[in-house]
Amino acid sequence: MRPLRITAITATSAMGTGLAAMHETLASRRAGLAPCDLPGMPDGVWVGRVREAEALQPPAPLAAFACRNTRLAELALRQDGFMEAVAAAVARHGAGRIAVVLGTSTSGIEETEQAWARRGQDGALPPYDFARTHDLHALPRYVRARLGLRGPCIPISTACTSGARAFLDAATLIAAGVADAAIVGGADTLCRLTLHGFASLELLAKGPTRPCAEDRDGISIGEAAAFALLERAGPEDAGRIGLLGVGASSDGHHMSSPHPEGLGAVTAMRAALDSAGIAPAAIDYVNMHGTGTRANDAMEDRAIARLFGDAVPCSSTKGWTGHTLGASGALEAAVAAVCIQAGLVPGCLGLARPDPSFVSGVVVENRATRVDRALSNSFGFGGSNCALVIGRIP
Amino acid sequence: MTLLVGIAGIGLLGPGLAGWAQAAPVLAGQAPYAPAPLTPPAPTLLPPTERRRTGPSVRLALAVAAEAVQDSGAPPEELDTVFASSNGEGQVITSILEALHTPDGAISPTQFHNSVHNAAAGYWGIAVGSSRPSVSLGGYDGVFATGLLHAAAQVVAGGEKVLFVAHDVPLPPPLGALRPTSESFALALVLAPGGARRGALRIEPCELPAPAAPTLPPGLGTLHDGNPVARALPLLSALAAGRHGGMLLPMLDDASLSVTVLG
Repeated sequence: MRPLRITAITATSAMGTGLAAMHETLASRRAGLAPCDLPGMPDGVWVGRVREAEALQPPAPLAAFACRNTRLAELALRQDGFMEAVAAAVARHGAGRIAVVLGTSTSGIEETEQAWARRGQDGALPPYDFARTHDLHALPRYVRARLGLRGPCIPISTACTSGARAFLDAATLIAAGVADAAIVGGADTLCRLTLHGFASLELLAKGPTRPCAEDRDGISIGEAAAFALLERAGPEDAGRIGLLGVGASSDGHHMSSPHPEGLGAVTAMRAALDSAGIAPAAIDYVNMHGTGTRANDAMEDRAIARLFGDAVPCSSTKGWTGHTLGASGALEAAVAAVCIQAGLVPGCLGLARPDPSFVSGVVVENRATRVDRALSNSFGFGGSNCALVIGRIP
Repeated sequence: MTLLVGIAGIGLLGPGLAGWAQAAPVLAGQAPYAPAPLTPPAPTLLPPTERRRTGPSVRLALAVAAEAVQDSGAPPEELDTVFASSNGEGQVITSILEALHTPDGAISPTQFHNSVHNAAAGYWGIAVGSSRPSVSLGGYDGVFATGLLHAAAQVVAGGEKVLFVAHDVPLPPPLGALRPTSESFALALVLAPGGARRGALRIEPCELPAPAAPTLPPGLGTLHDGNPVARALPLLSALAAGRHGGMLLPMLDDASLSVTVLG
């Protein structure tokens, strides 16, 4: 693909509000996970919660969008000069030429969960704005209206690859000429459906998640919103950070278990490298999907080793944020951008050594090193796989 | 920017619309529309254990996808896919919400993995043994136009055929009161670069809303208004009648998709 410039990027998660906070928590190896004290959640689990978003309200004309997901999206949009960068892009391209392509797995379903507890004697729900909260379209509609855009508006929902797929799908729209720029990313917030869902699969960690640890025992769920502004790169953009490659595949194997040999993961990573026109050796860091479950991390280790051996440092940053589900691909694209900017490879948190059965180059301590190109993996239920190459534009 | 794509295959299911061959004369206004209850067929492409786990929205999606692919003659495992649905599998979401509010709050693991919006895409990949990329999207009342725009962009950008599947069924109570959907309807198109045997489309986003009540053969207005995917009916009617010309399909409050049927 032709590289796309990442003109602006921002992320808010348990790593903090905005990218400076993300860099600081990555560099100081300070995890954002804490015991869950939200009501009605499974016992004894840890989560990556963003409390700062909870009191926020959308601006009055968009008040009908108020829900946990919108609040977190609103907090994220206000950081890192993102809205100003979008306003400048509107002046360059026109509001109708900027698409909004955002991933979410559960949107504002937390609003429905609350309403469910207030059902009447007849079982009827109290009135609330389903279309602007629970519905998948609510997130991109809100962001499009908030940023004053008039282009296509696409909610992507491919489970835990949603936020990464948004980058790929926006690149498709720009390549086809449907848009000149796109707001991409995703937002997912804590809700009972996902916590109890992963609890039902016995995939939640007892304490904070420890991806790639020998005795890892599962996922901690987190919440995040992350956004990027993508535009076509020109010759003057050499050296700036961009989206260099995208790749995707399906397992066609099982709804919730990854293919044991990671065939789908290998296909997606290889497609992303091919799309960027680079060999595996050109990758300086792999940000793993690394959810902390026994099966995912083992599969991903084998898949990475198939392409990279143990030559490329790789790690999961979910020890900081928890698994932010449909936002994780977008959040970790922002992690990749920060690592490139800062010259940092973050080592997995909370373990002294990787699982000794692993054969890829998993790192457990931070390294200060030049990073020009990072590969970011996302895998999800339904056998969905997506990989992004984020790096310096050649 | 205008997108040009061909239609290589069509599949559809709705009340009284049992596949393209039966439905085309009705959609063209050459045969009367007789609504009849629609039972989503069991997906015989899937192994029995997986088949039992599928709900009505997934079943409709798999049935129309299989029809469109067969109509196109393309090998199903070689097609990238775009799945579009506003409501997803509402039956699964509703039972999970119900279970979350029982005293122990425990939900079924199978229901949880079936609750993802890309469940239909996941089952399709298993059914046809495909490792090709797939995306699933929503779009509320604009879901058909949103999905068509995206699938057409993918055909133009990638230069390869794409299977586009749009499917929606009513949400069970109590959610159905907040998001009324009275009918079940699903449609699949195999889109191809250039022209193809079922016609060709010129597609572009338009910064005007679509008309609320498009002209349709008698009786089809209820279906059009009762299911977000059935907002495709003006397009299907034009394709069935071989009628060339343009229309606006609803996409957003302030925008629509301009679709022109070419020869």
